[in-house]
Amino acid sequence: MNDQTKKEDVIIRVEGLKNAFGDQVVHDGIDLDVSRGEILGVVGGSGTGKSVLMRSIIGLQAPVAGTVEVFGESMLDRDEHEAKQVRARWGVLFQGGALFSTLTVAENVQVPIREYFPDIDRQLLDEIAAYKVAMSGLPAEAGPKYPSELSGGMRKRAGLARALALDPQLLFLDEPTAGLDPIGAAAFDELIQSLQRTLGLTVFLITHDLDTLHAICDRVAVLADKRVIAVGTIPELLALDHPWIQEYFSGPRGRAAADAASRNTA
Amino acid sequence: MAGMNAPADFQFDQGTLRFTGDLTLARIGPLPERLRALPESPQRIDIGGIGHIDTVGAWLIHRIVREHDVPVDGASEDVAHLLEQVAAADKPLKIRPDAGPGFLRVLDEMGAGTLAAARSLYGLLDFFGATVITFGSLIRHPRRVRINALARQFEVVGVQALAIIGLMSFLIGIVIAQQGAVQLRQFGAEVFAINLIGRITIRELGVLMTAIMVAGRSGSAFAAQLGSMKLAEEIDAMRTIGVSPMEALVLPRVISTVLLMPMLGFYAAMVAMIGGGIFCWIDLDIPPITFVQRIREVVPLTDLWVGLIKAPVFGMIIAISGCFQGMQVKGNAEEVGLRTTASVVQAIFLVIVLDAVFAVFFSSIGWI
Repeated sequence: MNDQTKKEDVIIRVEGLKNAFGDQVVHDGIDLDVSRGEILGVVGGSGTGKSVLMRSIIGLQAPVAGTVEVFGESMLDRDEHEAKQVRARWGVLFQGGALFSTLTVAENVQVPIREYFPDIDRQLLDEIAAYKVAMSGLPAEAGPKYPSELSGGMRKRAGLARALALDPQLLFLDEPTAGLDPIGAAAFDELIQSLQRTLGLTVFLITHDLDTLHAICDRVAVLADKRVIAVGTIPELLALDHPWIQEYFSGPRGRAAADAASRNTA
Repeated sequence: MAGMNAPADFQFDQGTLRFTGDLTLARIGPLPERLRALPESPQRIDIGGIGHIDTVGAWLIHRIVREHDVPVDGASEDVAHLLEQVAAADKPLKIRPDAGPGFLRVLDEMGAGTLAAARSLYGLLDFFGATVITFGSLIRHPRRVRINALARQFEVVGVQALAIIGLMSFLIGIVIAQQGAVQLRQFGAEVFAINLIGRITIRELGVLMTAIMVAGRSGSAFAAQLGSMKLAEEIDAMRTIGVSPMEALVLPRVISTVLLMPMLGFYAAMVAMIGGGIFCWIDLDIPPITFVQRIREVVPLTDLWVGLIKAPVFGMIIAISGCFQGMQVKGNAEEVGLRTTASVVQAIFLVIVLDAVFAVFFSSIGWI
């Protein structure tokens, strides 16, 4: 494999990233690569800056030092117009869904499409919103509802539908299953996996959900001590002798999730 | 691959729709309109020659398949999978709620608006009653008075408002003096500008302008603070711990505003007179000594009482409506903004209505 193809296969490359709020350093030298077509899970204790890492990759948080490349293009200090072209190629699902409260679910899905393709055929626009909403696993009644009328789980699905509006190649998910019941969470996992297969997505997934990690993540990155201490499949991580990783995956909850995952695959 | 990185296109010959190019959202261009204008219905679809395809392209293909029930040739395994997924998601969906016919909707909205206004007034009275009851129980148990919260509100509502209210009143005093002098000069009676300044600021404008400023500054803050606390379930948490939100949140705000309004109103009237006096000194050559002398002659003591009696009532209205609207917040963050606006509008409206009532009342008891 030569350098050129290797570069094309890396969708996100973070090098030497440093983030700080005042005196408080959150990240100190983060290195992380996300390859094309993989689902990368990001785990870490509360307050280790998982969301901050995502925010620096998508350009909402200006880091103190380091480089961030998405699709091989540097995302720091970009011209607004150029950055917009990159933004059209990713979708972001925020923790609470972050739906626009004055628009219905279907209109929320239409917002990115209208922004980038204002001349699109009206009928097609409505049809796109309809099938995106259905693809995200929402019932048809949810389309004309406002976000305040939806439950937490439905809001997440609607947020996912909006994140998928432009058929992105890259999807950022911030704790997509947090606050969902186990059945809803499992269904959401399946949904993400099936969309990832169908659309060939690369997924950057922040989660605390051990079941999600076992069920759908190709690799897992562990954030601790202000850096990424390890990246790999769960068996690879378990082979490392790091106390936090051991406790995370081999604690009572970790074992239960691993058992459930092995039962499902068996 | 042929057709890679070319805009989406199709040829139609002998019943076969042959697609080429990238069938993606970015590259479909006018394809949907052109497809709708096909001369006859197609017999088969060939997508062997396409480049990239995304769900939008798959949807377009699916739409033709659905309408004409035709086979699709040349789909790779991935594309066939994508077509299946899109077909599975084909469910009719409304984009926005149905809107009834225009006339009915107007009637509907008028009715809903009237009901909402009536309910809001009723709720305000209800809230006023609850505040009075809480105040009564607090008088019986004075140890439960929250001195710290009260002192904090005194600082926020009163002390921190001094600068802005002073500046506003000073400028209003100058404007009244200047306008009065211009008009009265036509009769050679510009010295009566002093009567105008003295009576209007002490009797009316000092308190009224202060009320408007306090409603905008503190009433809105009450609504926003209580509203966001309500959203974050802080108020529910208080109740479950056994702390009464009326006692801990509402009363300190109401008491401080009621007590501070007369002081702020008096202060505003004084500063406005200073502004007017300075204008008289500079423009009309009336020395401050004469100005003060005239004021003492022409402003009856009852004017001061009128202002001081109105002020606490206005303060009560502002604080109650701010706290009431804040406690009404539920649902989403947008509601906080709406309720904050509503609290200011309601407070200023009620203050002006009551001001008119007071004007009639005081003149009928002879305090002219």
